[in-house]
Amino acid sequence: MMEFFAALAEQSFLQYALIAGVLASIACGLIGTYVVVMRISYLAGGIAHSVMGGMGIAYYFGGSPFVGALIAAVISALLIGLVKLYWQAREDTLIGALWASGMALGILFISQTPGYQVDLMSYLFGNILLVADGDLWLMAGMDGIIILTILVLYRPFQAVAFDPEFARLRGLPVNLLYLLLLCIVALTVVLLIQVVGLILVIALLTLPAAIAGHYVRTLSALMGLATLLGLAFTSAGLAISYQPDLPAGATIILLAAGSFIISSLISARKKPVQSPDSASKSNIAN
Amino acid sequence: MGKFAKNIIEFDRVGFRYQAAPVLNNITLAVREGEFMGLVGPNGGGKSTLLKLIMGLITPDTGNIRVFGTSPKKARARLGYVPQFARFPSDFPITVEETVLLGRLRAGRIWQRYNAQDRAIAAKVMTETGISEFAQRPIDQLSGGQLQRVLIARALASEPELLLLDEPTASVDAHQEKSVFDLFRELNKRMSIIVISHDIGFITDYVDRVACLNKELLCHETQAITPDVIEQMYGDHVHVIHHHSHAL
Repeated sequence: MMEFFAALAEQSFLQYALIAGVLASIACGLIGTYVVVMRISYLAGGIAHSVMGGMGIAYYFGGSPFVGALIAAVISALLIGLVKLYWQAREDTLIGALWASGMALGILFISQTPGYQVDLMSYLFGNILLVADGDLWLMAGMDGIIILTILVLYRPFQAVAFDPEFARLRGLPVNLLYLLLLCIVALTVVLLIQVVGLILVIALLTLPAAIAGHYVRTLSALMGLATLLGLAFTSAGLAISYQPDLPAGATIILLAAGSFIISSLISARKKPVQSPDSASKSNIAN
Repeated sequence: MGKFAKNIIEFDRVGFRYQAAPVLNNITLAVREGEFMGLVGPNGGGKSTLLKLIMGLITPDTGNIRVFGTSPKKARARLGYVPQFARFPSDFPITVEETVLLGRLRAGRIWQRYNAQDRAIAAKVMTETGISEFAQRPIDQLSGGQLQRVLIARALASEPELLLLDEPTASVDAHQEKSVFDLFRELNKRMSIIVISHDIGFITDYVDRVACLNKELLCHETQAITPDVIEQMYGDHVHVIHHHSHAL
């Protein structure tokens, strides 16, 4: 561990990696909270995997994989969102199809591009140590968009995430807000892929917010705590993985998953016995 | 208030079907300002569908609906709605006060913060519904009856002129049911109310009029509800189903 701190002082790639972790934590804390409370992690998983198609196509044509990923993520977010809003019964099928065909498309294009193996691994599992300063600016810009959107639309997003039917009755443009929120989720997924890759991204998106949910009970507190947890996982994962030369993304995810399991056990133990009142409530909810 | 001065809801030969199955047939109905109307009928008789039509969440296949003299969608802002069950996930991280404040959202000012007036109104309706002491509590720590009062408070926070309630006492016991309807009686002094209920005997003590709905509408004044009428309504239900299964 000491070696990590010594290297951190000298090596700019490590400093970049640490900053990338900070930038990723902000996005995962803010948006992961929505993904968890709205229970749309499968949907976010679909977006994450379909991104591979955009990356592969961009890579093949010599464009920026990052831009390709962004376009693919937004397209699949809108597709899934529109199906969910207007063709509800087939939502899970479509997500599954997008999930797999995005991957397939990406692999097809990457296979036709010379020297693909190394890059394929870093798309799938991320490589936070390869983040360049240009990437950091891009990530910071995306964080800026996410923060600004939530500052402006915190309450309408809360209303739509909580009870869309009531929000519609209050005259809110529910469908528009929902699609916008999914696009922000897509943005976040692409941002996090930089750190942990598209296969592991769902864990980084949902686990910090899920752990935070064991301790705090308002949306804004969840966002704050999830951001801090994300920060802890990315930084600690980076530090732990450095000396034994472990893959940083995988280390970060296992750290988060381990913490989630421990936290779940602790909060399950200290949860009081259900009162008769809340028991009857859950009966009614079914 | 000029009770019953004018019609706030007018259904003119309204019909609605889900897929192939007709839910409402040829409904002609007027609700007057200040009225407290009970809506009863068998399951599948179209009670909830009628409320959704009033709110403009669905549009009729035939006929015409006017709410406050305009289209249901345009009149939405003047309505308050309390669903039968909470449709949101019960563990959503939100406090009672935040939930009630959602009733203050407006189409034209969605990006704005809640102001002092919004908070004052939320505080007032929480007192009125008896949930002030839980204001800062997350909603997953409430009983069924308390949660129902939160949903009523959220609807009241919109300062509606017409309150629509879908079986508001389905999740509470008989004692609480009476106190909830006492609250409605108080609210009826300043707003019109339509309440769906399965308990005809109970609501006749409170409402001005009961509308009996079973795909078609049989309207009655409170006094006219007799066992014969109830039998006619529910008996009719069986008959209608029978008739349609033949027709298909």
